[in-house]
Amino acid sequence: MIVILDYGMGNVGSIQNMIRKIGCRDVIISRDPIAVENADKLILPGVGAFDMGMESLERFGLIPLIRAHALEKGRPLLGICLGMQLLGERSEEGNLPGLGLLPFRCVRFAPPADSGLKVPHMGWDRTYIQADTPLTAGLEAKERYYYVHSYHAVCEDPSAVLMTCDYDGTFPSALYHGSVYGVQFHPEKSHLYGMKLLKNFVERC
Amino acid sequence: MYRRPRIIPSLLLKEGGLVKTQKFENPRYLGDPVNAVKIFNNKGVDELCVLDITATREGRGPDFDLLHDIATEAFMPLSYGGGVTTLEEIRRLFAIGYEKVVLNTALVANPQLVRDAVAYAGSQSIVASIDVKSDFLGRAACYTNDGQVKTSYTPARLAAYAQELGVGEILLNSINRDGQMKGYDIALVKSVADAVDIPVIACGGCGSIDDLRQVLEEGHAHAAAAGSFFVYYGRNKAILITAPTESDYLNAGIYEDD
Repeated sequence: MIVILDYGMGNVGSIQNMIRKIGCRDVIISRDPIAVENADKLILPGVGAFDMGMESLERFGLIPLIRAHALEKGRPLLGICLGMQLLGERSEEGNLPGLGLLPFRCVRFAPPADSGLKVPHMGWDRTYIQADTPLTAGLEAKERYYYVHSYHAVCEDPSAVLMTCDYDGTFPSALYHGSVYGVQFHPEKSHLYGMKLLKNFVERC
Repeated sequence: MYRRPRIIPSLLLKEGGLVKTQKFENPRYLGDPVNAVKIFNNKGVDELCVLDITATREGRGPDFDLLHDIATEAFMPLSYGGGVTTLEEIRRLFAIGYEKVVLNTALVANPQLVRDAVAYAGSQSIVASIDVKSDFLGRAACYTNDGQVKTSYTPARLAAYAQELGVGEILLNSINRDGQMKGYDIALVKSVADAVDIPVIACGGCGSIDDLRQVLEEGHAHAAAAGSFFVYYGRNKAILITAPTESDYLNAGIYEDD
């Protein structure tokens, strides 16, 4: 069973819609500890501010459950957007520490005034695959996905970088370690491109 | 060079139906909004904006059942505006699959809601809709309550204020151009886009793919929304819900891809 974590932070419905569209019916939206503990796969979604995300995870008692799922059980976990950012160590956006499951931190985009680049980075953007994993199996070298974010990952460990995107420089737009994956973009809002990626998570990861 | 500005069909809801207005009046019934969303989904449209144009006028909140049905068919970014007055409604909209909430009346009537919404969801999820009407002397003023209530704000001032409140983007509507299909108000769009740092989505007046190109280039819009352009065909405005293809946009110079 796939559990989409419901911690009051965002787009859980659209992720479930797309996973069902792929043909997987065994997917629920929940924060029930029993469901989360028994999940084969977890999806950590999220739209919103970093500290509010961590506070909500804390309030619902989800932090130890997510960590146990990923670290002790070694089961697949996919963070999306803010959900990805929460998998990292920390973010300039907030003061609370992240889950620390992936080796990166987040900083705010700060493009020079004369660049014409706006913050947030919003829209469809070309995304380059950097590593061969079950999540990226069969994807093309150049896929495009929908992004909305004001903070981006910075990662000193190249072995954790799964995909990159260019916006005021190159940044990691997907990261991974073992069975833990995080994607900055929104696969559930990226048409067939996103569908291919979520299908991989459902069927191959 | 990869360049792909967002081109966004704007879908207006009234009493559960999909409608199109002219100058924010005379809504014409077009059909079932869920069917329209299915078509846009098949066409690979990049993003959709759903606006309930009578919610505020009727003093009610969003029609969550209908919005849920729409979201179930939309595998692209979705924004919703209309009658949103509480944080709880905003939370529910995100929960059923909307990425962004569009606030208009609250900007002036309840700015605290805008601040709270930004604190809750982050700037990138909150859109300020600024509806502008120019009088016969060309003086532009901002309106709320679906174009019913005039405010003392000029477009650039309200846009700057919205940015101060923390919103992530501005949906700029020209009431005068709405449904006219004769081009965007380029001067208006430029005046607002140049006054703020956040992205401006231009809306109102699109009749052709070249209008889109023009507002993006000359109006400095970050994205372009349109209504009639996506739902009418031909001089007699036959109803035909469709969207240009990828190569149409490439040929028009709107997208670039090497």
